[in-house]
Amino acid sequence: MLFTSFNFLAFAAVLLVLYYLIPKKGQWILLLAASYFFYICAGLEYLGFILFTTISTYATAYVISIILKKQDAYLAENKATLSRDERKAYKNHVKCINRWIMIACLFLNFAILAFCKACIVEPFQAIAEERGLSFLTVALPLGISFYMFQSAGYLIDVYRGTAKAEKNFFRYALFVSFFPQLVQGPISRLSQLAPSLYAPHAFDGKQVSFGLQRVLWGYFKKLVIADRIVAAVVTLKHPEYTGVGFILLGVFYAIQIYADFTGGIDVAIGLGEALGIKMPENFIRPFFSKNIAEYWRRWHSTLGEWMKDYIFYPISVSSPMLKLSKAARKKLGNFGKRLPVYIASIATWFVTGIWHGLTPNFIVWGMLNCFVIVVSEELTPLYEKFHNRFHLKQKAWYGGFEMLRMFALMNLIRSCDLFPHVGDYFSRLGSLFTTFNFHILWDGTMMKLGLSSLDYAILGFSIVIVFAISVIQEKKGSVRELLWNKPAVLRYVLIYALFLIVLLMGSFGIGYNPGNFIYNQF
Amino acid sequence: MEQLLEILSELHPDVDFETEEHLIDNGILDSFDIVTIVAEINGEFDVSIPAEELLPENFNSAKALYALVERLMEE
Repeated sequence: MLFTSFNFLAFAAVLLVLYYLIPKKGQWILLLAASYFFYICAGLEYLGFILFTTISTYATAYVISIILKKQDAYLAENKATLSRDERKAYKNHVKCINRWIMIACLFLNFAILAFCKACIVEPFQAIAEERGLSFLTVALPLGISFYMFQSAGYLIDVYRGTAKAEKNFFRYALFVSFFPQLVQGPISRLSQLAPSLYAPHAFDGKQVSFGLQRVLWGYFKKLVIADRIVAAVVTLKHPEYTGVGFILLGVFYAIQIYADFTGGIDVAIGLGEALGIKMPENFIRPFFSKNIAEYWRRWHSTLGEWMKDYIFYPISVSSPMLKLSKAARKKLGNFGKRLPVYIASIATWFVTGIWHGLTPNFIVWGMLNCFVIVVSEELTPLYEKFHNRFHLKQKAWYGGFEMLRMFALMNLIRSCDLFPHVGDYFSRLGSLFTTFNFHILWDGTMMKLGLSSLDYAILGFSIVIVFAISVIQEKKGSVRELLWNKPAVLRYVLIYALFLIVLLMGSFGIGYNPGNFIYNQF
Repeated sequence: MEQLLEILSELHPDVDFETEEHLIDNGILDSFDIVTIVAEINGEFDVSIPAEELLPENFNSAKALYALVERLMEE
């Protein structure tokens, strides 16, 4: 049941009505039932996967929390008799036990994720089919990466003592399976989601209206922009489109993935809002970033936070890294001091790469991102000298130049996603220095990409709207809040106009077959 | 505290660490800075800051960071 299907709309509408009709105490139970119904619609055969992750992480966190409680009780009882060193040794011993329990659970879960991801990659497909798992060779179990990251984060937080274990299994099952975020995130922490997820919610007209407005905005980006421009992206991947064709591919793919992913997240967060549930933001207008590091703080930020908290930090502040830092500082000066940060960055980007896909291009994609970020970091003092020498930071145009530079660079890196054979990607990249075919912009080639003049007009119009809204959000904050303070007529006209645009310009019609979201495949 | 202020000022000489209370929330310190600070503190104070303590509330101000270092030294 895709977010863009009519079935989903009917499902969401029935849920919303029931949600505010039933006694408030039962709302979270209804959400749990709805989430499992949503999950089963994707295929009953996938149910075992989410149940395994839910049960295993719940039970492990529960066991860890009991061990921690016993530890606290023991330390309190023997406060007078234990020395500081003995207390420390006892705590370390308990931590070591808990660490192994946690690692065993995480290992099992991530082994399943790796296996499922491998099943959709060519060399392993045959093995999976042989073992009667042919359903896994077609698609990953719905949302497996997202619910696994979310539950793994919860388990690590309980182990670290920064989160309390949820006692009620069904409440925890809802946290893992909450359907709006199940498909492509955002990845939440229990402490972020729990306050609103389990709380009773009275009907609030403004909140429901805001939520539905955001859902509509998401559909606009997905159906009018992403599902339209995808035709050109597919065509531009063909080998004949080199040089300027590759630049076009980068730009079109940037628009597609932005509209697709942020559109899906808008539907998810908007639906949550309509239900009174607050999820963390996943995008903060990433194309307004001035460098790649900033871009990654603003794009898919909940995954970035996850990687930072559970991979980057633990590696970079581990004792071997701190020892390395001390030793390297003596020999390499300031660069040596930063060496652990760079090693941890390489590891984090490697994991981020293979999470996106088990084909070599995703590892190259991760390493390219890492390379640019690390080089930029090393060159920062040089940049600063240059900026100060020419007073560039004070000049208004320079900010725009930095955004354009980031956009172009990120397009080149991101295009690597599209070429499973890395050689194809580098040969296209090389063509930028050998093929100067600017004529494809006006010799009729643009009309052969799968887009008509009307499609270009609709895309141009829609992109201007998204850009204008983003500028307003950046400068003045929530557009919905601004509209709320305007006359109701204006608000309704604008919302109705957006609804009509989605209806008339959305990429559907007779025989409509909803396009999947790009991030569903992760 | 002075040693800590020195470490911080070396990273960002333009920031007034004695008064700034939103180092993380305002994006002054990023994850690279935090790891560098942890490594410096490890060298200067001989105390290890574990990953679970790398939270915004511990790094939003020099005061909070100093309190964290003191707490870890006592443990």
